[in-house]
Amino acid sequence: MKTRFSLVLALIGALMMVGAVSAQDGGQLEIFSWWAGDEGPALEALIELYNEQYPDVEVINATVTGGSGVNARAVLKTRMLGGNPPDSFQVHAGQELTGTWVVAGRMEDLTFLYEENGWFEAFPADLIDQLTYEGGIYSVPVNIHRSNVMWYNPQVLADNGLEAPATWDDFFAACATLQEAGITPLVVGEAWTVNHLWESVALGVLGTEGWNGIWTGETDVTGEEMVAVWDTFGQVLECTNINDDAAGLSWQQATDQMVAGEAAFNIMGDWAAGYMTTTLGLEPGEGYGYAASPDTGGTFMWLSDSFGLPADAPNRDNTIAWLNLLGSVEGQNAFNPLKGSIPANVNAVEAAPDLYNSYLQSAAADWSSNALAGSLAHGAAANERFMGDFNQVMEIYLQSGDSSATSTAMQAVCIQAGSCGF
Amino acid sequence: MNSSKDRMIAFLMVLPSLIVIAIFVYYFIGRAVQTSTTDWGENPARPALQEDVIKDYVGLANYDTLMSEMIQSNFRVSLVNTFFLTVFFVAGCIVVGLFLAILLDQNVAGEGFFRTVFLFPMSLSFVVTGTIWRWMLQPNGGINVLPTYIGLPRIEFSWINSSEVWWQFSWTDVPQYLTTAGIAILAFIAVRYALRQNWRSASFMGAAAVIILLIFMAGLWDYIWRPLEFPDVEPTIAPKGFNAALLGIIIAAVWQMSGYTMAMFIAGIRGIPEELREAARVDGCSEFGVYRHIILPQLNPIVLSAMIILGHISLKIFDLVFAMSGPDNSRTVVPGILVYTKGFRQNSFASASAIAIIMLFLVAIIIVPYLWTQLRDDS
Repeated sequence: MKTRFSLVLALIGALMMVGAVSAQDGGQLEIFSWWAGDEGPALEALIELYNEQYPDVEVINATVTGGSGVNARAVLKTRMLGGNPPDSFQVHAGQELTGTWVVAGRMEDLTFLYEENGWFEAFPADLIDQLTYEGGIYSVPVNIHRSNVMWYNPQVLADNGLEAPATWDDFFAACATLQEAGITPLVVGEAWTVNHLWESVALGVLGTEGWNGIWTGETDVTGEEMVAVWDTFGQVLECTNINDDAAGLSWQQATDQMVAGEAAFNIMGDWAAGYMTTTLGLEPGEGYGYAASPDTGGTFMWLSDSFGLPADAPNRDNTIAWLNLLGSVEGQNAFNPLKGSIPANVNAVEAAPDLYNSYLQSAAADWSSNALAGSLAHGAAANERFMGDFNQVMEIYLQSGDSSATSTAMQAVCIQAGSCGF
Repeated sequence: MNSSKDRMIAFLMVLPSLIVIAIFVYYFIGRAVQTSTTDWGENPARPALQEDVIKDYVGLANYDTLMSEMIQSNFRVSLVNTFFLTVFFVAGCIVVGLFLAILLDQNVAGEGFFRTVFLFPMSLSFVVTGTIWRWMLQPNGGINVLPTYIGLPRIEFSWINSSEVWWQFSWTDVPQYLTTAGIAILAFIAVRYALRQNWRSASFMGAAAVIILLIFMAGLWDYIWRPLEFPDVEPTIAPKGFNAALLGIIIAAVWQMSGYTMAMFIAGIRGIPEELREAARVDGCSEFGVYRHIILPQLNPIVLSAMIILGHISLKIFDLVFAMSGPDNSRTVVPGILVYTKGFRQNSFASASAIAIIMLFLVAIIIVPYLWTQLRDDS
């Protein structure tokens, strides 16, 4: 009995040795993200590239599934609060990063990386501004998605003698025509896609400066302009399926309706281009059309996935090597064509234009030339507290249809969340 | 000597689980209560996820906010939803479960097979049940197109996405309803005691009813049921009533748990001696009469147990709603979902704890009287 026990002990000891040996040399690098499933291969490509350069490092790919990180963010919080941070984690650039993690003092300043790599020229200044808090830069953006895109079914538009509307007034004219023809003019899905639509409407009504002003406090959230945003939004909703089947549709199912010709337009981020091109096998420009959402031509409403360095990351050196790779032209070109997004690094597309399809090339051109506005629905413009309570503001509008009461509620939320300059 | 040593060993045997429960259940309940009285995550000037975050004591402010502020109206909707969900889920399970139990009591061939079939849904997780039923209850598929197979028009009802609210009532009237219901129940019990000439208990219950009435008349309800910040807009922005979208969730939950209720009833029925039924039949009782007068009265304790078990499941429900209508559907929101979204999405840890404590209280309202009567019966 006793010998058996010591045998077991010896075995456990041997196993631990093996573990220690395999984690030798370069050590480990744990990357935490929500990129699984369709988005998994893009991350795998990056990890492969990393392992070519650092074969000694054991990369642990920790993913928690769930679109937009709804579940991953909860797991990340328990890990960070429990003192067990990953070496690097995916986070939306902007307030989701600064408002939650940087203000809490849990991230390390990465300004030195930007200086060493000359990234001040590689990333647009407006984007770097969003990663900056009190003079420090806190993450490296790996991709860019565009939020204010209006997708349409070219066949349906041609059949009804319409063109993609440049302004909301044009859209309302098209809306009347389409409703007479028994087609849903604009299709929306579950709750967050309605918020997504709202930010495009607000950007159109307020303009780039007015939109960005909401978050600095220069635009009065109870002012006339803001009431006008809600009024226009109400008119837009009349052209949608919001009171019909919207609540049960995922964004893919909403896009499907547009592709099938049951609906004419859909306002969704440009991951929809990846879905329609790769999953549905449609040609950009032929199977589906795209334009900036009405009244937002010349503005690029962006959202971005980025990676940072937690202050107490166990393998700091490996993480810095990882972040260097992420920001480089090589890293961005390995990741983005597979993800269906454009590189945040403005030099990347020039280096290898063949990797990107016609939609992505046009988006990349806009990214380097347009005015920039951060997305609310995807974590760039406001902190997580505000985003959560904004769902409630939206609910108040959907139930009551009262623009001024809704903007009052929005102000209350701004104050509670310390957003919009409060 | 020996018996005290036995006791010592017994105590040592139980000690580890006592310690574990004390830490992981009661200590953490205490921590949640404590957190709910702080401003952790409620003060924008103090980042919620800072190490050694400063938390100030704010008393019951978080509870006040939940009950009164306009922006928290979804919490109040969630309480109303919990009420309707619990009532229909418990009633549905008991009716269906009893019906199945009586069917299987008719000495059908292959009883064991059917028992397994009915009991089987219980072995699934709520997430699986929710996903399957969500597919079947889609507006354009599954259940809704079934009638077309026999030439009937299809059903046009959105089982889990409907935005209809039936039986609407005003939130400010709820204390009145609760008081009326409380007095009615106490008066009923008092009358039953009086009929049994148990004057002491009867007057005790009568006094309790009078106290509730006095509480209502003195306006003390305002301390629990905080007056709304904007009572006029509440009905427009968050109507209270039975949200039709809950129907789908109730159907799925009843499907899952009615088999379990059936098993409880079958056990109860098997426990009734055959002699009793025979005696009733000899006395000229019809087969329906046997159930009405012999079996159902004997099943009362089972009904009570079923109500407790099912009731606490539906008060705490999270996974089924999460899987069926997602965390952002404002018509089917329940407190468990809000704890998750407020805590882990919005970093409002104090509000989330307050909601968790309110859930604990709701469950305690059901469980404690049950435990109390059980313990009293034992001793």
